Amino acid sequence: MRIGIFICHCGSNIAGTVDCARVAEISTGFPDVVYATDPVYTCAEPGQAAIEAAIHDHRLDGVVVASCSPRMHEPTFRRTVERAGLNRYLFEMANIREHVSWIGKDRDANTNKAAELVKMAVAKLRNNRPLLAKSFEVNKKVLIVGGGVAGIQAALDCADGGVPVILLERESTIGGKMAKLDKTFPTVDCSACILGPKMVDVAQHPNITLYAYSELEDISGYIGNFTVKIRKRATYVNWEKCTGCGACSEKCPSKKTPDTFNELTGVTTAINIPFPQAIPKKAVISAEHCRQLTKGKCGVCAKICPTGAVVYDMQDDVVTEEVGCIIAATGYDLMDWTVYREYGGGQYPDVITSLQYERLLSTSGPTGGHIRRPSDGLEPKHIVFIQCVGSRDKSVGRPYCSGFCCMYTAKQAVLTKDHLPFSQSYVFYMDIRAPGKLYDEFTRRAVEEYGVEYIRGRVSAVYPDGEGAYVVMGVDTLLGRSVEIKADIVVLAVGIEASRGAAALAEKLRISYDNYGFFMESHVKLKPVETNTAGVFLAGVCQGAKDIPASVAQGSATAAKVLALFARDRLENDPQTAQVDTRRCVGCGKCIRCCPFGALKETTIRGEIKADVIETVCQGCGLCTTTCPQGAVQLSHATDNQILAEVNALCRC
Amino acid sequence: MNDDINLSRMRDAAFTEDVEAQSGQKVSDCYQCGNCTAGCPAGFVYDRQVNQIVRAVQLGLKDEALGSRSVWMCLSCSTCSLRCPNNIDVAAVMETLRHMARRENRVAAPKVENFWFSFLDTVRAFGRAYEIGTMALYMLRSLRIFTDLDLAPVVFKKKKLGFMPHVVPHGGAAAVARIMRRYKERAVHERVRP
Repeated sequence: MRIGIFICHCGSNIAGTVDCARVAEISTGFPDVVYATDPVYTCAEPGQAAIEAAIHDHRLDGVVVASCSPRMHEPTFRRTVERAGLNRYLFEMANIREHVSWIGKDRDANTNKAAELVKMAVAKLRNNRPLLAKSFEVNKKVLIVGGGVAGIQAALDCADGGVPVILLERESTIGGKMAKLDKTFPTVDCSACILGPKMVDVAQHPNITLYAYSELEDISGYIGNFTVKIRKRATYVNWEKCTGCGACSEKCPSKKTPDTFNELTGVTTAINIPFPQAIPKKAVISAEHCRQLTKGKCGVCAKICPTGAVVYDMQDDVVTEEVGCIIAATGYDLMDWTVYREYGGGQYPDVITSLQYERLLSTSGPTGGHIRRPSDGLEPKHIVFIQCVGSRDKSVGRPYCSGFCCMYTAKQAVLTKDHLPFSQSYVFYMDIRAPGKLYDEFTRRAVEEYGVEYIRGRVSAVYPDGEGAYVVMGVDTLLGRSVEIKADIVVLAVGIEASRGAAALAEKLRISYDNYGFFMESHVKLKPVETNTAGVFLAGVCQGAKDIPASVAQGSATAAKVLALFARDRLENDPQTAQVDTRRCVGCGKCIRCCPFGALKETTIRGEIKADVIETVCQGCGLCTTTCPQGAVQLSHATDNQILAEVNALCRC
Repeated sequence: MNDDINLSRMRDAAFTEDVEAQSGQKVSDCYQCGNCTAGCPAGFVYDRQVNQIVRAVQLGLKDEALGSRSVWMCLSCSTCSLRCPNNIDVAAVMETLRHMARRENRVAAPKVENFWFSFLDTVRAFGRAYEIGTMALYMLRSLRIFTDLDLAPVVFKKKKLGFMPHVVPHGGAAAVARIMRRYKERAVHERVRP
């Protein structure tokens, strides 16, 4: 083998504490090394050109670059050697920046360590073999989990791009949290009016298949070829026949069913359609509250239904779909604010969440759009908004900012003045976070034009004054005094957390999630919609707090990723996969059981049971390699021989 | 009190570190939400509110923090610690500031300290709190002869005050006195104000 060595200065990043010329000089003494140099910037265009030239001039068939972390530039240099005609796996990288120059100041010791790392890389390279990728077909179909505004946007963009979309929604209608909102900031336009047409587009688009009231049961496969099982929960109504006329819910005698769409601010019937613009506009029976299903006596809806759509003995149905990639857009839920005993912990009827207040403002809500106190139905005069309830609060395990509460609180205060001109709103805040377009102007308008009183401080306690109102004890830190307000209604801007079940979904999708259940993006700045699992993308709040414009933008961004992926007919796998030496394999099956990706299967060779790797599924994690009692499974590009060669190079000086 | 604060001259980073080390609380965790002040039942007699005291500690303004009467008006009820979203034991910070102020002989509210001495004297003598004794000693020390005297008939009628001190059995009073003596000896040894 003829090996060339390039010891990068990285400007002064490496050369500042490592004698690069000396390392290059030492390297010439290593076996098979025929050329060594120390460029200032190896990754720059002249640096890469120098590698290509050296490969030609010195007839190199292996290259070692000692520079930064392989996570940074390994792909760059692999492309460089490939351009010069070498296989990309006849290249090794020694990290002498993060592992040497940045962490030690002793120049001699650093130089010595850098030389040793290069020596190990040379030893590894001498055992490297050319590896070739395998290509496989892509199933050009996408599954989108979650039918909120982010999922809807992603679905429409993918569908418009000609990709068949399967949209999965847990509730009986798409629309998510945005469908529950009355108006949206900063333009105060009607939420249902701008979301509604998009929802209708979803229903009518020929490329979109909508599974509402359904959940993801199971996922297997890999990028380009996922197999998903979808559980269609029993609605007890045949949606093929249901026309959404609503006659059933008018006659349903079980009228005390908690209305989850209205955030429990009102009651509904056991069979219902959540709101007039619902998509699909189909009825669902709540099994827990239906008299027929709980007591076996009633059957009113079945009698009244003009199309005979009600089916009391309906069962869950599991369907299987094949897709090429998956978008998670599962959104958020409010945190359990009842941990705040000082705000009543859910005991006081007129201390409500902002989402409940939104339903009181909404024309499709329980009060028909008139603000009325839940306790006695009277119009409130004094309204107190408390921000950051369950946000930026380490003591309840929610240290992050929920991002959009400042803005919707300002919006709700403005709407309150519109609805009730003689009311007075107070907002307790810590900081106003309004960095979006026209956002700060909007919060200022709330103060300047709508007379909303912003109080910089927190609320320590809320308690009933015994006369139907509530005493709000807080502080104005700008004044340096505690303040007290008598409020008719208290609205808590409750912080968000990942949607319930998000962690379980992440495990099915094999993507990582943070301590709060939000899904982890591949790179926080440069790969915000990708995940570390190829073929799984993220959109909306499931990745972290964001408002509607950002969710929509991210929905479109994921669609762009999907369309780019599906622009190719075939994909190539990473050839750093596990390989089974069938002569050593005893067919114990341990590797098959330990593989987290289902990439190993049993096969029979000349009547003997052996393990076999499905190379397009294998992610190269190496679990099977360490599990195999025979050493029969080896990970290409990280074989036992390659690792031992490195260890020998280091230890046998 | 309202003089300009020259941060480059008056900032004392060592003071902030001292308070953090002695109280075991990370004062820099505070983002000044004001929840401590919002819940403070004694805030109405403070010259600086709790969040302002914590701010002074964050900035290393030793005179602002130790010279404040508020640290002496603090009831140690710990509502501030309970409410703090950043899990800072604010009451412990206030306690630390009281100790620091005493050690430096700068007690901004001497009457409060007099009351404590009066209380501790009765404990040293009888092993337990002796309310009337505390009152009498405090009146002598502070020269506030008639303070709260109007309450006396009511509490006597409700039998909340006993004329005689409580008796601690098995030589408990002497044991308590020994503990307090040991503490005093150690303070002398370590050259701090007991």
